[in-house]
Amino acid sequence: MEDERSFSDICGGRLALQRRYYSPSCREFCLSCPRLSLRSLTAVTCAVWLAAYGLFTLCENSMILSAAIFITLLGLLGYLHFVKIDQETLLIIDSLGIQMTSSYASGKESTTFIEMGKVKDVVINEAIYMQKVIYYLCILLEDPVEPHGISQVVPVFQVSTEQLSKVFSPKKICYLSPFSAFLLLLRFSRNVNSSCQDYLRTPDSYF
Amino acid sequence: MVLKAFFPTCCASADSGLLVGRWVPEQSSAVVLAVVHFPFIPLQVKELLAQVHQAGRVELAVLGTWCHRRQGAEESLGHFLEGLGTIFSHEPWLQLCREPGSKLWSCKATRRQVPPRRGAPYEDQVMLVFYDQRKVLLSQLHPPAALPDRQAGDAAPSAGGLAAVFDTVARSEALFRSDRFDDGPVRLSHWQSEGVEASILVELAKRASGPVCVLLTCLLSLVSAASACRLFKLWPLSLVWSKLSVCEQLRHRLEQLTLIFSTQKAENPTQLMRKANVLVSVLLDVALGLALLSWLRGKDRIGPLAEALVPVADHVAEELQHLLQWLMGAPAGLKMNRALDQVLGRFFLYHLHLWISYIHLMSPFIERILWHVGLSACLGLTVALSILSDIIALLTFHIYCFYVYGARLYCLKICGLSSLWRLFRGKKWNVLRQRVDSCSYDLDQLFIGTLLFTILVFLLPTTALYYLVFTLLRLLVVAVQGLMHLLVDLINSLPLYSLGLRLCRPYRLAAGVKFRVLEHEAGRPLRLLMQINPLPYGRVVHTYRLPSYGCHPTHSWGSLCRKLFFGELIYPWRQRGDKQD
Repeated sequence: MEDERSFSDICGGRLALQRRYYSPSCREFCLSCPRLSLRSLTAVTCAVWLAAYGLFTLCENSMILSAAIFITLLGLLGYLHFVKIDQETLLIIDSLGIQMTSSYASGKESTTFIEMGKVKDVVINEAIYMQKVIYYLCILLEDPVEPHGISQVVPVFQVSTEQLSKVFSPKKICYLSPFSAFLLLLRFSRNVNSSCQDYLRTPDSYF
Repeated sequence: MVLKAFFPTCCASADSGLLVGRWVPEQSSAVVLAVVHFPFIPLQVKELLAQVHQAGRVELAVLGTWCHRRQGAEESLGHFLEGLGTIFSHEPWLQLCREPGSKLWSCKATRRQVPPRRGAPYEDQVMLVFYDQRKVLLSQLHPPAALPDRQAGDAAPSAGGLAAVFDTVARSEALFRSDRFDDGPVRLSHWQSEGVEASILVELAKRASGPVCVLLTCLLSLVSAASACRLFKLWPLSLVWSKLSVCEQLRHRLEQLTLIFSTQKAENPTQLMRKANVLVSVLLDVALGLALLSWLRGKDRIGPLAEALVPVADHVAEELQHLLQWLMGAPAGLKMNRALDQVLGRFFLYHLHLWISYIHLMSPFIERILWHVGLSACLGLTVALSILSDIIALLTFHIYCFYVYGARLYCLKICGLSSLWRLFRGKKWNVLRQRVDSCSYDLDQLFIGTLLFTILVFLLPTTALYYLVFTLLRLLVVAVQGLMHLLVDLINSLPLYSLGLRLCRPYRLAAGVKFRVLEHEAGRPLRLLMQINPLPYGRVVHTYRLPSYGCHPTHSWGSLCRKLFFGELIYPWRQRGDKQD
C-alpha cells in the first residue's frame, strides 16, 4: 500500500511525502525534496566566476581564476555530500525500533537506528524560526544512567528543520513556548507514557 | 508484540531440518543460530545444546523446524516436521518454510499452552529478520553493552535490545566449531559449515608470540631498571631529563613497548584494540624512522647538513646583530631614551657575541652529533623529531635568554607602574586583605612616587620595544617546536589499527544496525535484512585515541595574550602562584 501527498517546507519549497504500509507492524514514511536544479547551480557558478573575473581585471593575477574554479568545485562537492539532502526515510518497525535514513545528493546515506527500548517519547516541538512559529516532530531518547532523564532530542526529519536541530539542544528545551515546556515537564515529572494527544484533548485538567 | 525471528542468511539455502537458537522472551524474539539436518537422534541434539550452554553460558533450545521445499520434493515432509514439535517442546514453535521460488517464505509460530480460542492453536504475527552471522559474530557494538557480566559468567546475558542478539551469537561460538567434514553425531548448517575459517600464519604467530613476549619483557625490564638507576636522579641530571623532550618520548616509548609485550592476556576487546593500536603506531613510527635514516645515509646527506648548520646559526646571529643595531638607533622613526637604549643594546650584543663563540667552539663536533642523531631515527621518527626539537631549543638558546631578560625588565616596569599608579590615586595594595585600600600619603612620598612614575613611564617604550621584538622571535621558535610536538603527538596517539579496520572491515566496529525491507508480498511475513552500521571515522578516532604524554596547551588564547601583555614568562616555565604586588 502506498500513497503520496505533497507539502511545503518552511521556506515554501515543495516536499513530497510517501507513505508505504508493508505490514501492520512496519511502515515507512519517505520525505523527498526537489533535486538540485540546473538553474540555481548555473546561477551560483556564474556569480562566483564573474566575481573572480572582476577581481582578475583589478589585480591581474591568474591565481584568482584557478582559485575560483577550485572553490566552486570543492564547494559543490561539499554541498552535495554534506548539506543537500534529497530524501529522508523514516522506517518504523513495531517492537524493534525507528530507523531514520537521510540520503544526500551525492549518494551518501547516513542511517540511524533507534531501538524501541531507548525511545522515551515522541513529542511535537514548537519553535520560533525567523519570524514564524514552526512545529516539528522529535524523538526523546532515554538516559541509560538516569531513568527519568532524557539524553538526547532527535529531530525526525531534518529537511525542514535543518537549522533548528542545531539550535535546539536538550538544554535549551525550556526556551520553548510555555505550553510545550509545560507539556514536556509534565511528561518527565509524572513519567506518563501516553500519547501527546491525551494532553491536547484535555489540557484544562492539567492547567 | 510481533514475534521476530532472526535468521542467518547462510542458512537460507540449507536443507530442511531443525532450527536451533535462543528464545528471548522479553523481546519475543527468536535468534536462530544453526539448522540441524536429518538424520539426527533427539538426545544427541540436546547433548550438543547442553555442551554449548556450558561453554558460552547461553540458553539454547530447538526453536522449530525449517523446511526448504525444492522442485519435486515430497509433500509428506511437512507432516513429519509438524510432528517434531511434540518431541522438542518449545513455546512458541516456529515453522519456517521456503517455497521453490526463492522469494516466497512462510513462517508460523504456534503456541499450545496459551489459552486458545475455540481450541485452535494460537498463532503469533511473525517478522523475519535476516542477518549475516559472520559479521554479527565478529562485530563489536559501540558503546559496549554487556561486557562485564561475560567475565563474571552470568547465566543469562543482561544486554537489552539488539545487543542481546549480538551477545547470543558471540556466546555460542562453540556451536560454530564443527563443519560438515566433521564426523560428529549431529550435522549442522551455519556460517562455518563449509569449512572453519583459520589461518596457519595466525596460528603460528599465536604460538610464537608467547616466548617472544617473555623474552622481550625481560629485556624491557632490564632497560627500565637501568633507567631507574640512582645515578640519573642526581640534581643537575634530573633537571636536564625533565626539560628534554627526547627523554619524555623515550619514556613514553618504553611504556608502550611494555604494554605491547606484557604477558598478560587482554581482558576485553577495548584493551586488545589498544594493544593493536599501540603496536601499529610503534611499527609505523619505526618504519618512518628507518625511511628517514636510509634517506639520510643514501647519499651521505649528513655531512652537507652539518656544514650548512653552522653557517645558518651564524647567519641567524648576524641578523640578530643587525636587528639590535637597528633597535639601538631610531627603530621605525621612534625616538627612544638614548642612554637606556645603548645600555640594553650593548648588553644584548655582548650576549650574542658569547653565543657566536660558543657555536664556533662546537662546530667541529656537530657532524658527529648529527650522525648519532640520525642513528636514533631507527628508534622511530618521533624520537628523531624530539631530538630535532631539542636541538632547535639549544641552538636558539640566546633568543630565549633575550626574551627572558626583556620580559623581566618589562614585567618590573609594569609592576612598578601599576603600584605607583595606585599611589598616584591615593591608594595602596593591602597584602593582608588582598585588596586595594585607600591610604593617605605624605607630601614627600607623593613627590617621590610621582617622580618615579614619570621616569618609568618615559622609559617604558624603550623596554617595551625590546620586549616586543624578542617576544615575537621567541614565539616563532615556540611555534616551530609546537608543530614538531604536534606531529609527534599525532603519530603517538592516532589509532591506526582501528582506522584500518574501519576502512577494510567496516563491520568489525559497529555503531548499531540498519534494516532494509526486502521484497514483500501480501499475506506473507515481512522480511527485513539487518546490516551492520559502521562507526563513523570521527567516533573511531575519539573512542580509540591513544593517551599521549603531550603537554597540552594549559592556557587559552585570552590568558596567553594577558600574560604576554603583563610580561609574565610563557612556555616552558611552570606557572607559579599568582604574584602579588
